[in-house]
Amino acid sequence: MFMANNQKTIDYDKIAGMESFKKLTKKKNKFLWTLTAIFLVLYMLLPVLTSYTTVLHQKAIGDVTWVWIYSAGLFIMTWSLAHFYVSRANQYDKDAKAVIDEYEGGASK
Amino acid sequence: MNGVSPIAIIMFLSIVGLTLIITWWASKKTSTASDFYTAGGGLKGWQNGLAISGDYLSAASFLGIAGAVALSGFDGFYFSLGYLVAYLVVLYIVAEPLRNLGKFTLADMITARFDKAKVRGTAALSSIVIVLFYMIAQLVGAGALIQLLFGLDYWLAVLIVGFMMTIYVLFGGMTATSWVQIIKACLLMLGTVIISFLVLSKFNFNILTMFEHMKTATPAGEAYLNPGLKYTNGLDTISMLIALVLGTAGLPHILMRFFTVKDAKTARSSVIWATWIVGLFYILTIFLGFGAAAFVGSENIVAANAAGNMAAPLLAQALGGDILFSFVCAVAFATILAVVAGLVLSGASALSHDIYGQIIKKGKVTEKEAVKAARIGSLIISVVSILLALGAQTLNVAFLVSLAFCIAASSNLPVIIYTIYWKRFNTAGAVTAMLTGLISALILVAISPNVWNPVEGKAIFVGEPLVFLTNPAIISVPLGFLGGFIGTLLSKEVDAKKYREVEVKAQTGISVQDVSH
Repeated sequence: MFMANNQKTIDYDKIAGMESFKKLTKKKNKFLWTLTAIFLVLYMLLPVLTSYTTVLHQKAIGDVTWVWIYSAGLFIMTWSLAHFYVSRANQYDKDAKAVIDEYEGGASK
Repeated sequence: MNGVSPIAIIMFLSIVGLTLIITWWASKKTSTASDFYTAGGGLKGWQNGLAISGDYLSAASFLGIAGAVALSGFDGFYFSLGYLVAYLVVLYIVAEPLRNLGKFTLADMITARFDKAKVRGTAALSSIVIVLFYMIAQLVGAGALIQLLFGLDYWLAVLIVGFMMTIYVLFGGMTATSWVQIIKACLLMLGTVIISFLVLSKFNFNILTMFEHMKTATPAGEAYLNPGLKYTNGLDTISMLIALVLGTAGLPHILMRFFTVKDAKTARSSVIWATWIVGLFYILTIFLGFGAAAFVGSENIVAANAAGNMAAPLLAQALGGDILFSFVCAVAFATILAVVAGLVLSGASALSHDIYGQIIKKGKVTEKEAVKAARIGSLIISVVSILLALGAQTLNVAFLVSLAFCIAASSNLPVIIYTIYWKRFNTAGAVTAMLTGLISALILVAISPNVWNPVEGKAIFVGEPLVFLTNPAIISVPLGFLGGFIGTLLSKEVDAKKYREVEVKAQTGISVQDVSH
């Protein structure tokens, strides 16, 4: 259960101070929070529009009103952003591995 | 509905039998605390994705949303939207840092930065409160459902479900729970796809024809296809949608599922799986709801259950006769079992691992003691929730679920975000964030229209509510964030070194890679 014992100690301060690490976190956090802000705004816009306006109550295709189209858009948004995240995160994984390699390369010398 | 059909009993018993075989198999693989809480951390992405879906799609989703769409049209569909978009919050903000920092519980992750008993204790308390509210809702719903389906007494129904969930968790731990959830997710998807296919076939597979038909199929007329049938107050609607989208990322039994995979990459792929499965299911709730409104009729739905919970089973009966009805009832039963088992496990992890193992015993427990504590904790959580559910028969379960989501969003989410992303955050802030979120959500619900109504029988107490919001998230979530912010600034404590460690671990997963599973 307590598997930490056999670990070699990691110099977290050193990693945190590395330029490559700082660049990675900055890039990653900027991406995460920008996208989060976008999808939360698009999502919260729905109840605002449905509660205070009737733009989404109008018919779009046949008897299907815009509110269903907007909702379908939110579903598509969710799946697209989920996959977009994965493609970005795979890149960040490589960057993170490069950071660790750089650290381990430096540590063994 | 008229008594119990033999087919229903056979399907019911097959599910019980199958899950017991899984539990027996899983019990042989459960010897350490890590096996018990996280199935040894060895689940694959698709397995965990299915298990997350099985953990998440509760009876409230399957029966509740189908009924809500059937009775309130688009307004019922808000739930489907909120519950799905919530996965983006989980994926973008929470899943990977959580996997990289934690071990068994949410408290593990927060104490990775603030290793204090009061932080762990508060986190465990908040988890236990959420789990208990959620569990009472599930058990009360389960009792009512089984009562309707099989004609059993309420107390007997609660005891049967309670007994089953205790067996799974006690003997099979997370391995059994995960596989019960995986099987349930497959059954639920199968049932939902079959019903939706039958509904669509009635409209010649033309969605436009379906919408055209729905215009005249319900008493609401054309208004059925637009928002505003049930939720007429803008702020209340917005507040509810906030709780739906932010609550998921703070639900202990969902967060716990991320410890069952080996690394952040697998956590990521399990969310993708879950997003597809859960999303597909939520789209199909349109067909379940519309179909029930068209082919069962709102009068019949309300006659069976005022909240509309019987809409999906009744639709199955109308379209597929007794066999499909029995199958859908069996699926509903499996749905309930899978969710309550996950809840017991997350409650037990907070009680046995956090409070007993880490706070009372200060981490000095042997492997054997830890497993024993986990089993005793599961038993305590099960018994307490069964007793509470037995006394809560008349409570409106929908409000218990929304309360659980609201507490999760107000108490857990702010502290998770601050812990990972805010350098200045400290111990005092962690405690105040959780307590303000938890307490404000509880108080605001206690004075809400869910609890108080001037008309007798409409709510728990007779009287004027002090706030008009049925869901307080729009106030309590900002309060949780604000509480953490003010608490942090009021304390001088800053530990930049510790934050650097947490940041490196969260971003690179460096500590997880060294952990052998």
